[in-house]
Amino acid sequence: MAKQDPKVRGRNFNQVALGYSAEQAKAEASRCLQCPKHPCTDGCPVEVNIPGFVKAVLDDNMPEAVSILKDKNSLPGICGRVCPQETQCEEACSLAKKGAPIAIGRLERYVADWERANSGTLNPGNKPPKPTGKRVAVVGAGPAGLVAAADLAKLGHSVTLFEALHVAGGVLMYGIPEFRLPKEIVQAEVAYVASLGVKTELDSVMGKLMTLDELLEDGYHAVFLGTGAGAPMFMNIPGENLNGVYSANEFLTRVNLMKAYKFPEYDTPVLVGKRVAVIGGGNVAMDSARCALRLGADEVYIIYRRSEVEMPARREEVENAQEEGIQFKLLTNPKRYIGNESGWVVGIECYEMGLGEPDESGRRRPVAKEGSEFMLDVDMVVAALGTRPNPLIAQTTSDLRTTKWGTVIADETTGKTVKGKVWAGGDIVTGSATVISAMGAARRAAKDIDKHLRG
Amino acid sequence: MFRIISRETLAAKIHLFKIEAPAVARKAQPGQFVVVRVDERGERIPLTIADWDEQEGSVSMVFMEVGATTFRLAQLSAGESIADFVGPLGVPSDIEKFGTVVCVAGGVGVAVITPLAKVLKENGNKVISILGARSKDLLFWEDKLRNASHRLIVTTDDGTYGRKGVVTEPLKELLESGDRVDRVIAIGPTVMMKFCAKTTQPFGVKTIVSLNPIMVDGTGMCGCCRVSVGDETKFACVDGPDFDGHQVDWDLLTARQRIYLDEEKRSFERWQAEMAQGC
Repeated sequence: MAKQDPKVRGRNFNQVALGYSAEQAKAEASRCLQCPKHPCTDGCPVEVNIPGFVKAVLDDNMPEAVSILKDKNSLPGICGRVCPQETQCEEACSLAKKGAPIAIGRLERYVADWERANSGTLNPGNKPPKPTGKRVAVVGAGPAGLVAAADLAKLGHSVTLFEALHVAGGVLMYGIPEFRLPKEIVQAEVAYVASLGVKTELDSVMGKLMTLDELLEDGYHAVFLGTGAGAPMFMNIPGENLNGVYSANEFLTRVNLMKAYKFPEYDTPVLVGKRVAVIGGGNVAMDSARCALRLGADEVYIIYRRSEVEMPARREEVENAQEEGIQFKLLTNPKRYIGNESGWVVGIECYEMGLGEPDESGRRRPVAKEGSEFMLDVDMVVAALGTRPNPLIAQTTSDLRTTKWGTVIADETTGKTVKGKVWAGGDIVTGSATVISAMGAARRAAKDIDKHLRG
Repeated sequence: MFRIISRETLAAKIHLFKIEAPAVARKAQPGQFVVVRVDERGERIPLTIADWDEQEGSVSMVFMEVGATTFRLAQLSAGESIADFVGPLGVPSDIEKFGTVVCVAGGVGVAVITPLAKVLKENGNKVISILGARSKDLLFWEDKLRNASHRLIVTTDDGTYGRKGVVTEPLKELLESGDRVDRVIAIGPTVMMKFCAKTTQPFGVKTIVSLNPIMVDGTGMCGCCRVSVGDETKFACVDGPDFDGHQVDWDLLTARQRIYLDEEKRSFERWQAEMAQGC
């Protein structure tokens, strides 16, 4: 798949990957073996009939490809771009053994983009379901909430989707940058969910505006919690509150959700560092580093305490970042941030790290080397250290059980929480994970909610 | 969209907007705030709730034109709408029978102190209020605060009204008078709250301040509003905005409020120029 030249794309917010042409898509689809056992489908958290839609692409039957894909996946334009296919469907592909799996993600994106380009609005598909008369509140309009809402609406339930921010999409809007996932595509898929009859209430901070008990008293028959893991973590080291030190959530929210990269056309500002350090090795760290570069930084560093093999970011995103000139300082960890007399960050004192025995994650534990401290001059820092669930709802719901990490305890298969009529799925249950795993959990919860409501 | 039911100019460049927001009005409590966004291009800014009416389904906020968003808000008329109005956010103010409470209001802070003083008085506290402004033309709600208090002292920096000087002078006199003061609540500009806290510290009187750092979402998601209280990092949006003034790292708050000074000026000037051209 063609990509924008790294030198050019490092200075713009346009999409990096340009997508397949029809010829490229068909050529890729023609490689599919159409295995009767479809291991790819088994590798997909939402069980898309992958051989089916790939065959339809090959046969030039695009409406059929769309229909097969959307039967299981309400948000294909998003998943085609941000799913880690290399550890899911593509890893399971029979051709993966030879090192060349079918590029399922790219084909998925091609089909979703075809639909958007050719039908204007996204088609709700089959005829409207028979209303069940049951009302379901879905809290949080991120990947989990959107999928739960779509599935429940398709089953005939009356769904209201509550979102705290001023736009639906959650992390797809505030977190993942435009160059990886255009916001227009997210909004097209949000509009598709609305077209299924889902009512969306924006600017609604549940836990503050209404508690879960008030929702249930208000006549909702079930509640699905998909509020994600949106609260940023810090390292609690000296200097972390200096001016110029951002959480990745704040930096990315300013850039993506508030469109600070278009300041002053848009009112929200963001700092443009010249020497920027991003702390962390996940996708959010890669996104932050690449945003800082596009805003105009001269030097952007990724500071990660382990080595490249332990990096949780997708291989593709690490490569994209490297191509664009992001500098990786591996086996390095901040000890403290240094500020000037007016409170602005001017440097980081870092440790060199070594790897010790494996920890509970199975990865070798990073250990600071005593006496290895060195200074790195920077004028901006983005801490991409992971997130945990926002406690607003748990704090106002006495009978919802949470773990010590703040995640909501729910059944692994059904998403049912210990509180009656309340289900949960996605990062609120697992802690920060992927878009597709949240969607898979939401799908299973929706199925269980439906079963429960039909009692 | 949230409709502006009515608006009123209270003093020079200080306005009260009453917004139609029935769900927020149902849950609002003293000390909480809302996040507003004027339109699609707007910034999200926090404004403290000044009043609410559950029957009418309205929530009021008072703001001074100091930057792009407040300037743009001030251009709107009753009947027009703002894009977003999110709340009620933050932890409500702690209200009990403390005994004698001194409420200190600076500038726009009077809009927040007044409903609080009223509730404190209703809860059996003796409420002494100090209202300060730079100058007479910036004073408003003097009568309202007087009615909500047992006693009111007014100061202006330039002496154009009331007593000449700053609010910390009568505050210090009250503390020195030997009459018991159980709690001080100071709401206003950061520098005023800082000096109120410094004034009360030697007397050991618990002093609550309502912090106003820069925020984006207002729900604990971004950490922009982090403040240091008792050497611990707190998010003002979800852990506050009320904190113990003696524990606040004021220098950090002041520095963090200045992060976007240049950008704010640029954005404000841009909007003023645009309005001047009449577009």
